[in-house]
Amino acid sequence: MTIALSGKEVGTKLEEKFPGSIVESSQDSLLVKSEFLLPVATYLKDTPGFDFDYLACITAVDYSDYFEVVYHLTSLERNHSLVMKTRCYGRDNPSLPSVVSLWRGADFQEREIYDLMGINFDGHPNMKRIFLWQGFEGHPLRRDYL
Amino acid sequence: MEIDIIKKQVYSSTEIDRVEGQGIEALKAGSQQVIPDPDEWLEQERKQAEFFEINVLLTSVDFFLNWARRSSLWTVICFPACCAFEFIATSASRFDIARFGMENLRASPRQADLMVTAGTLTWKMAPQVKRIYDQMAEPKWVIAMGACAISGGTFAQSYSVVPGYNRIIPVDVYIPGCPPRPEALLYGIRMLQDKIAKTSNILR
Amino acid sequence: MAIRTEPFVINMGPQHPSTHGVFRMRLTLDGEVVVDLEPVFSYLHRGIEKLVEGRTYAQIIPITDRLDYVASMSNNLAYVVAVEKLAGITVPERAEYLRVIMAELQRIASHLIAVGSFLNDCGAYFTPFMYMYREREDIVDLFEMVCGQRLTYNYMRIGGVSHDVPDEFLVALDKFVRRMPYFIDEYDQLLAENEILLARTKGVGILPKELAINSSAAGPVLRGSDVKWDIRKADPYSVYDRFEFDIPTGSVGDCYDRYRVRVEEMRQSVRIIKQAMEQLPPGEVRSEVLPLLRPPVGEAYGHIEGPKGELGFYLVSDNSIAPYRLHIRPPTLINLTALHDMIIGWKIQDAVIIFGSIDICLGEVDR
Repeated sequence: MTIALSGKEVGTKLEEKFPGSIVESSQDSLLVKSEFLLPVATYLKDTPGFDFDYLACITAVDYSDYFEVVYHLTSLERNHSLVMKTRCYGRDNPSLPSVVSLWRGADFQEREIYDLMGINFDGHPNMKRIFLWQGFEGHPLRRDYL
Repeated sequence: MEIDIIKKQVYSSTEIDRVEGQGIEALKAGSQQVIPDPDEWLEQERKQAEFFEINVLLTSVDFFLNWARRSSLWTVICFPACCAFEFIATSASRFDIARFGMENLRASPRQADLMVTAGTLTWKMAPQVKRIYDQMAEPKWVIAMGACAISGGTFAQSYSVVPGYNRIIPVDVYIPGCPPRPEALLYGIRMLQDKIAKTSNILR
Repeated sequence: MAIRTEPFVINMGPQHPSTHGVFRMRLTLDGEVVVDLEPVFSYLHRGIEKLVEGRTYAQIIPITDRLDYVASMSNNLAYVVAVEKLAGITVPERAEYLRVIMAELQRIASHLIAVGSFLNDCGAYFTPFMYMYREREDIVDLFEMVCGQRLTYNYMRIGGVSHDVPDEFLVALDKFVRRMPYFIDEYDQLLAENEILLARTKGVGILPKELAINSSAAGPVLRGSDVKWDIRKADPYSVYDRFEFDIPTGSVGDCYDRYRVRVEEMRQSVRIIKQAMEQLPPGEVRSEVLPLLRPPVGEAYGHIEGPKGELGFYLVSDNSIAPYRLHIRPPTLINLTALHDMIIGWKIQDAVIIFGSIDICLGEVDR
């Protein structure tokens, strides 16, 4: 059975290592500040206790004040999983660091989020539209599209 | 054998994407009206019925031409989505479309005369389908298979779905269903064969 | 003596007999060797994630059928598992066993098409495909007995399945399950030692283990690269923890391994169906759920092991009758992440085989 790690325990460990990085942590998930996203992700991937080598899914949700990007991480060896979230505020040009350098599986999923939601990912080698054609106006999956 | 592989950037993919995007927007702007169905054969039939008081006047040349054309329709491969699998099932061993002379699925549109559109059409794919239709040689027919081909189906309100193939190409036979059973597809092909039988080529 | 060559770009376009649908690859070739590859998809992007925001939870089930249209039961099951996790609904026992039987039958049907079209791409022009289709027609007949449809079943409901199976279904399923292992053996006998198949697929398109895990590959693509990860064993959903079955893995990660993993998975699926049929309990097949379901505020990620990999649904609810956000984790899109590394260095005819061995379905890639 894949054990879903508690966000609170992981949050306390991360707070010791990177002070100020955790905004809030609950039983199900962990909310990280967007500046600390890459260091926290690298730590979660490389540390022997966590070993999160498999990125199951990246999603973006449009709450009206902010965009929330959700990462579902899994460890194949230890069979545990974690939900990590981060937020970016502002609707004009939101941007986040890209995790393609850590997990290559994020490649197409980040391009999809850029295409449909409009969130830019810095550090992605090929940031262009993947589902809609070049010249399409707008980002369809936002709540205020049509 | 060692081959020295050199990665060179020989084309600019953003440039190609931009040009294609412009083509798609142009096609979308020009397809706001439905293309009317090609049913001049109905008009001809009515005129001949008034003149000669019989239903259809066909010469024997017409008869043989139409018989040859309808008995060996070759289909061009244009299989976007789910209805494709019902078409493939029709051409497999149980429902056997080869008994109608249609076992040839030609990839090249120049050698085909029937296009069975099996699947949802999106605006990104529309210029390619129009190109394939233009490359087919006359006489050519189109069967719209499935709800998505007739009117957009379940996805009609989406931002990227064309509401029916008859926005960009003229359609002869419509087969409803989601997906239509192979028997329904065979009935539709039969209807198209009846339509071809009544076409008069000389009296045009 | 070195010959000076120049790379040129060729388009393996959306309309092509061997791209399994409307998929496009811009290949940069040096002679016949592929030097660079750019996949272009979304010729079937129907905007499903935006469409479902105006539908109730139960009205979304027919739309999920059209995602991976070769394996509709698995899509339905993944969505329904996610909604039940979100709303905290329990499913009666008989419904769980029926779901397992349908999911495993669907896995066999999907692998039949995968293996049939893979052999079609290898050059065995249509004969293996016809053999496979003969068996798939039997499975489709079984499904038609249960829910009346041949391709898009819409059988699973939130809280169970839509209706109970008739008696003749169990009789026909018994006959099918007895006959299927002999069919797979007949196939093996014809093809396992075939020289042409071995020469064209052994050592071709190798996906190393580290790259497979890093690219988030799933399903037979991941298991072909010697990673023993199957959600039915690692994180069992439904009643999969009550059955005994093995997980076949490959050793090297080439096209031949992926092909063998699929054939062996068909055998294991028959084993699971036999056990499920013996243990099938009587009872009702659907628990009481409101038609206009309003789950509590929250989110859930439900995933199953579909025939092509880990199919997941991420649902966010705000206590209204329609979901606030639905995201689909498509296994085939993520399996394509490593396509670039698998094909570079091989010739263009190997590109067709490597692409066929990943087994994509465009409805899911493009959603």
